[in-house]
Amino acid sequence: MSSLFSGEQIAGVLDELGITHVVTVPDSTIGQWQSAIEDRGRARLVRVCREGESWEVAAGLYLAGARPIVMIQCTGLFESGDAIRNVLHDWKLPIFAIIGYRSYLNQETLPGDTCLVFTEPILDAWRIDYRLLTEPTQLAAIAEHHRACASEGKPGAIVVAEGKA
Amino acid sequence: MSGARMSGRDAIVALHAARGARDVVITTMAPARDWMTLPQQPLDLVFVPSAMGHATSIGLGIALAQPERRAIVCNGDGSMLMNLGSLASITGAGASNLVLLVFENGVYEVTGGQRTAGTHVDFAGLARAAGFASVFELSKLEDWTARIGDVLAARGPVFAVLKVEPAAGVPGPKSPGPARERARRLMDALRG
Ligand SMILES: Cc1ncc(C[n+]2csc(CCOP(=O)(O)OP(=O)(O)O)c2C)c(N)n1
Repeated sequence: MSSLFSGEQIAGVLDELGITHVVTVPDSTIGQWQSAIEDRGRARLVRVCREGESWEVAAGLYLAGARPIVMIQCTGLFESGDAIRNVLHDWKLPIFAIIGYRSYLNQETLPGDTCLVFTEPILDAWRIDYRLLTEPTQLAAIAEHHRACASEGKPGAIVVAEGKA
Repeated sequence: MSGARMSGRDAIVALHAARGARDVVITTMAPARDWMTLPQQPLDLVFVPSAMGHATSIGLGIALAQPERRAIVCNGDGSMLMNLGSLASITGAGASNLVLLVFENGVYEVTGGQRTAGTHVDFAGLARAAGFASVFELSKLEDWTARIGDVLAARGPVFAVLKVEPAAGVPGPKSPGPARERARRLMDALRG
């Protein structure tokens, strides 16, 4: 399996959490989940053009009563800086994200990928409480961490180890 | 003065008078500064502090969550240039209840009036090409005032370029209060 989790598993978790909108730019791993999410018909995919948009679109959705999630690659996390600062820290909105961690499981496509250097320090810098998932057995951690963050009214993220770009 | 561009402030005053009671109005940059001088309503989102460029994105989120409510975004042209992809995100998501007004003054007014990189850009053309259902371009106050009802009621998503004179030497917008509390009040108004 080229992804730790199948689209059906992810769609099931989103359903369990009552997610209404998935605001996303795909990569080759999280992009595989799109059709299962759409097939399930519960959460709507909102396709944006760059990841900075995703946090602000999610903010608008949240303010207006929806339950959004951001789903992007770690490269998109790097792209998102000012929007994260604004949404999570200026406006203090508890937006949750699922972030694909490029090259974590292997670096065949991009040897020496600097995503491995910067992803976790950037999450720490933005004070995002994240859980890194590296095994297929850790699926339940997504809902657990989402619930924990929601109950505290704070943002959070799940970082899913990926094998390729 | 029939050839003169309207002032951004006059354009905002006209919008303030024309907005519907259920409309949410999102303002940023000089439009936010001018909007704040007028009586405020619970459905106003003065997007200060902002992430520059993202008023369109937060407006898109609100519009998608509440398709029966009109979301009006008042954006700067520099901010629009910074997030042009959001034009495609808006039309791609089919946000037919979103009205995007770009206050085109050719400059970054609130940082002192420096010229943008895009003074040659045809914003209305960009919006048409991105798939906005209705596109307007207005530069005279009497035209804006006469057509504002048509603009707000047009088939959406709606895009209007308002060609305005930059206001020289007017300070930029100041945050009107703690963002977290304002977010809570807006949530109550939107969800109530
Ligand atoms: C990412 C980013 N870059 C630069 C700035 C500095 N800045 C603040 S306001 C502004 C100009 C905004 O111009 P525009 O959107 O055209 O609105 P206007 O001031 O003309 O109303 C700039 C460049 C910023 N806040 N954020």
